[in-house]
Amino acid sequence: MNTKTTNVVIAGLGGQGVLKASDILADAAFRAGYDVKKSEIHGMSQRGGSVSSDVRFGREVFSPMVPPGEADYLVVLAPDQVEVNRPVLRAGGLLIAPDLIGENVLPNRRSLNVALLGALSRHLEIGESHWLDALRAHLPEKLHEANLAAFAIGRKAVKP
Amino acid sequence: MNAPERMLLSGNEAVALAARGLGIALGTGYPGTPSTEILEDFSARGGRAQWSPNEKVAMEVALGAAFGGARAIVTMKHVGLNVAADPLFTAAYTGVSGALVVVSADDPGMASSQNEQDNRRYAVAAGLPMLEPSDSQEAYDFLGWAVRISEQWHLPVILRMTTRVCHSKTIVEARPLAATAPPAPHFERDIAQRVMIPAYARPAHRRLREKLAQIATWGETAPLIRRIDGDRKLGLIASGISYEHAMEAAPGASFLKLGLTYPLPIENIRRFAAGVERCVVIEEGDPYLVEALRAADIPVEGKPEMYRFGELNVERVRRILARDVSPEPAPPRGKPPQLCVGCPHRIVFETLGKLGCIVAGDIGCYTLGVLPPFEAMDSCVCMGASIGVGLGLRHVLPEAEARKVVSVIGDSTFVHSGITGLVEMIYNPPPTGHVVLILDNGTTAMTGLQEHPGTGRTLDHRPTGRVVFENLAHALGISEVHVLENLKDAAALEELMMRLMPSGKLALVIVRRPCLLTAKRDADLAKASGT
Repeated sequence: MNTKTTNVVIAGLGGQGVLKASDILADAAFRAGYDVKKSEIHGMSQRGGSVSSDVRFGREVFSPMVPPGEADYLVVLAPDQVEVNRPVLRAGGLLIAPDLIGENVLPNRRSLNVALLGALSRHLEIGESHWLDALRAHLPEKLHEANLAAFAIGRKAVKP
Repeated sequence: MNAPERMLLSGNEAVALAARGLGIALGTGYPGTPSTEILEDFSARGGRAQWSPNEKVAMEVALGAAFGGARAIVTMKHVGLNVAADPLFTAAYTGVSGALVVVSADDPGMASSQNEQDNRRYAVAAGLPMLEPSDSQEAYDFLGWAVRISEQWHLPVILRMTTRVCHSKTIVEARPLAATAPPAPHFERDIAQRVMIPAYARPAHRRLREKLAQIATWGETAPLIRRIDGDRKLGLIASGISYEHAMEAAPGASFLKLGLTYPLPIENIRRFAAGVERCVVIEEGDPYLVEALRAADIPVEGKPEMYRFGELNVERVRRILARDVSPEPAPPRGKPPQLCVGCPHRIVFETLGKLGCIVAGDIGCYTLGVLPPFEAMDSCVCMGASIGVGLGLRHVLPEAEARKVVSVIGDSTFVHSGITGLVEMIYNPPPTGHVVLILDNGTTAMTGLQEHPGTGRTLDHRPTGRVVFENLAHALGISEVHVLENLKDAAALEELMMRLMPSGKLALVIVRRPCLLTAKRDADLAKASGT
């Protein structure tokens, strides 16, 4: 297991499922046995404004917030939120932008959050079974099939 | 014995879980970010929780439960404690028979608040013990300690949290808590203890100070203090979320982590400070610890004034340790929030803007009426202030301006602190009259669609008694009471306002149309209950 803390920032607009995605990521890392912390701001952000959520996991995590310029991964759900959030990435950090998943690839664009998690999952040391368990735990049963498919599409979008 | 269950929980959820484990008999509060989820989650876990009209009433109901020997918890955001301060200060004198834990959820950085007051000052001002958790595990554990302290010294205890502790998710081991089984509520008459006439309050104040002295002695060696002996060159004193940032910013340093921050374990801190070469206090907000330690003649270094504003984070702690006072890079400017497309408040602000009203505003989603494209709000101070501020403006402005003044308040805010404003309007009417608008969307939308006495539904959405605003206004003797149901036509509102504003009469206009977000929520609730 990787002992260094991994820093992920997920960003987008209110209503896009940013917090849902960070819940799933945090839970997957928790199931994989890491210490995990997740942080975001609720409240005003729910009214269509910018939303971002920090997830950190490793052997022992202290602050729940990713320090500016120290994110290893930045996952962005809205095209116009890419540049706003880019400063959180460290030098050499990886941006996973919404255009990674083509406009008509997903049967429903609402599952973009989960598709981008699929892409992210290629880069993290978290077993696929933990991801799938976390997905099932955080989504209502009727949405499982569509989201598991979106997750698989995201995984395929990144070369192994 | 089985290992305790491990869960990933927010600080608020951890408090709710602990509350269930501790047999808290009643949870009360008023919704307010970042505290709201505590009672909701406590209720969802089977606890008895209820929203009160405001924090003062919530505090009094919880105090009554604790007078009756029960364990009670009352939750609110930092500014809510201002409203509840009146009973709080005297509850420190009366004490409690059961347990009373007051959760104050502060919002440094003002993610969703009108100020960033530091409620650690309340513990000192009221003279009540205060615990500050750093993460969800401590939020869970410290509720147990709070109940134990409350029952041992028969005092309310403040559990002071902040946005990042309330809303961050961290791992919790649901281990058994340091408290005995919950007591069975019963009443024991004790007039001198609970009736705070001066003759009884004078000895009560002395009792309070004796209790605090005892707690201070206990606190010197209590497990609520954690000392980490690292590098002697740098010693850091921290509590709450600041401790987490500091641990990351200064790995290898010596640490004194304070879980009990009032009364302070002064001698323990003095020994720690004496044992390190450089001793720095890392705290968010006011220099509360720095001032207290310096008053006790403990030489500590605080943070430069620029770090008093906003939240701390790892980077800011690094800068504090480096004594770096160079300007900080501006945080990225994201997209601001706005009133939802189709929000019933939109028509109102479009109309008020068009009519050139002077708008005394209030706290809620509708405060977004201040932003473009509306820019139709001229003041926003605290819950309920719209009515008093509007009346004050009407009293002194030249007649032509006075006639343009309106007060705008949401339904939940009206119940919270607007009713006394209406009474004031009847009692001290301005010469030009006044117009109050209640924007009644049938929910406490801003904090996530909570019920309130005007919705006629309880915290867990079951039917109960309902306060009908128009009936209340009639009973108060307001001559012009108008209800605009399902308003979609701006012209109707415009016409009414143009008639009422210069009329010289006292008027209440209720613009009633449900919040868009409740429709989906109610459909989900109906589905869940199988109706």
